[in-house]
Amino acid sequence: MHLSSLLEIATDALGDRVAVAACAGGALTYQELSERVDAVARHLAGAGAERLVAVDVNSEAVPIGLFGAARAAIPYVPVNYRLADAQLCAILERAAPGLAVVEPSVPPRLGGGVPGLSLLSRDEFLAADGPARVHSAEGDPEDPAVLLFTSGTTGEPKAAVLRHRHLTSYVLETVEFMGADPEDAALVSVPPYHIAGIAAVLSSVWSGRRLVYLPQFSAETWVDLAAREAVTHAMVVPTMLGRILEVLAERDEQLPALRHLSYGGGRMPMALVARALEQLPHVGLVNAYGLTETSSTIAVLGPEDHREAIGSTDPAVRHRLGSVGRPLPNLEVEIRDPSGAPLGAGAHGEIWVKGDQVSGEYLGRASSVSAEGWLATNDGGWLDEAGYLFVEGRLDDVIVRGGENLSPGEIEEVLLSHPAVADVAVFGVPDEEWGEAVAAVVVLVESADVDEDNPVDEDSLRAWVAERLRSTRAPARIEFRTELPYSETGKLLRRVLKAELGAGATPTP
Amino acid sequence: MDLKPGSRWASQVCATEVVVVRASTEPVSLECGGHPMAPVGEDRAADLTLDPAFAGGSLIGKRFADPESGLELLVTKAGEGNLAVNGVAIPLKEAKPLPSSD
Repeated sequence: MHLSSLLEIATDALGDRVAVAACAGGALTYQELSERVDAVARHLAGAGAERLVAVDVNSEAVPIGLFGAARAAIPYVPVNYRLADAQLCAILERAAPGLAVVEPSVPPRLGGGVPGLSLLSRDEFLAADGPARVHSAEGDPEDPAVLLFTSGTTGEPKAAVLRHRHLTSYVLETVEFMGADPEDAALVSVPPYHIAGIAAVLSSVWSGRRLVYLPQFSAETWVDLAAREAVTHAMVVPTMLGRILEVLAERDEQLPALRHLSYGGGRMPMALVARALEQLPHVGLVNAYGLTETSSTIAVLGPEDHREAIGSTDPAVRHRLGSVGRPLPNLEVEIRDPSGAPLGAGAHGEIWVKGDQVSGEYLGRASSVSAEGWLATNDGGWLDEAGYLFVEGRLDDVIVRGGENLSPGEIEEVLLSHPAVADVAVFGVPDEEWGEAVAAVVVLVESADVDEDNPVDEDSLRAWVAERLRSTRAPARIEFRTELPYSETGKLLRRVLKAELGAGATPTP
Repeated sequence: MDLKPGSRWASQVCATEVVVVRASTEPVSLECGGHPMAPVGEDRAADLTLDPAFAGGSLIGKRFADPESGLELLVTKAGEGNLAVNGVAIPLKEAKPLPSSD
């Protein structure tokens, strides 16, 4: 299927319902959204644009751009405007030729501009129209719908290619058409260049849930907007949730309309999940795991799973609060060893996935999907007996200590289960004797009681890990900090810590 | 009938419209209310009437799948007729709604 068909079908069924709330010029109904989309598509076709690039914050220009590009049969290419100038230029050179909707700060940063890329402000874009007729013929599901550049800081920027058939397959298999109640509203605070920002548009439009855009995330404005628009659904990355809960507590605000809060895009400390359950008892929590290359979510831990896990005395069931739930029914997920052989329940290996929403394709490169349709995610993990998936992080982060492969995720999980540990990052640092040694940076919970007889120190945390895993997994170095570095989309920046500790910035204990 | 994924079809005897979600493995005839469906936007035959044997009705948002050919449809507009493939009514595909993750 094609993204244009999604919007067309939804508009036929829901024409007068509000599709996008709180826009610059008031709300947009499905009918009005479709009209804007057609106008933008006419403009793109008239200008002969080959791609629609967006270097902007969140607004109604995101759904209009995404569907407008689809209607004009060109890819939509959202780019992170916060990138350093040189990196932004490098990515825009790869994204060209085409037309770019840019945030006001962007043009001066591009020096003499980018060859082949004409720039438009958001206001110009939202008012754009053109004389060209746009064919009403069904679009080709094979065409690329979205190109998403990866956030890597080294090497040439890579752009994941998501074709119409990948994205529509995800929507058709996971979202009930018109499944939303008329009052449902989704607050989108993840940036448009994140796959979750794209998925939010498609899922909301298909289900009939109105989109509410927060231009840029801050916990205060998020809470303000959620209250004002009576938001029922929201997706946040882990760093956002902690700050939101703090603001809610300070204001004694409950957000009574909120029913559904999903989180993903990075590992969520279990203590934070427990706090959210306690602070927002009327809200169903959803943990989602997915990759850009899989058109977002491939596994979900639903509200029932959360409640069952937190209320259980069975350690295996309780442990599932730290899982990403079960794979979507339309997908296959396997854990495999380094030779590619499938492993059974409980065995640790690499997560592989197969399904119609899996792209695994990068611009200008051969597809990384096997002939049988499997994609190796480069994430380590395991499945429990009941089929719950546990993600242990990127395999690139694996620590090789004296020839033994250690998973940082496994060690982090054990440290996080310590009542005094709020957050932790585990990684390898160079070591003369072992090649690599296990290092941990730990954030203690603020209210951690200072127990004179049992202080929480390096030795006690080391013993905690050694008792539960093996002594080789106990961190040789532990440093305490008040917070860990995260990217704005909630990814723990292990490499930053690794560089700091690896460079010997702190004395070895 | 070229029932490719994403193609939209309308009943000739009621308001039902569907979109093809999954293609069939072999060529089939897609019918609603007892008569072949036509591409959305095309003229419908004037002289056809709803066959009472296929008047169970179709509900918007529901999925129907033909176990024989693998053809899968989503109802995008409700109507009085029910969906059939090669003269045999096709069953509703029950799906437990997934929690929203976006």
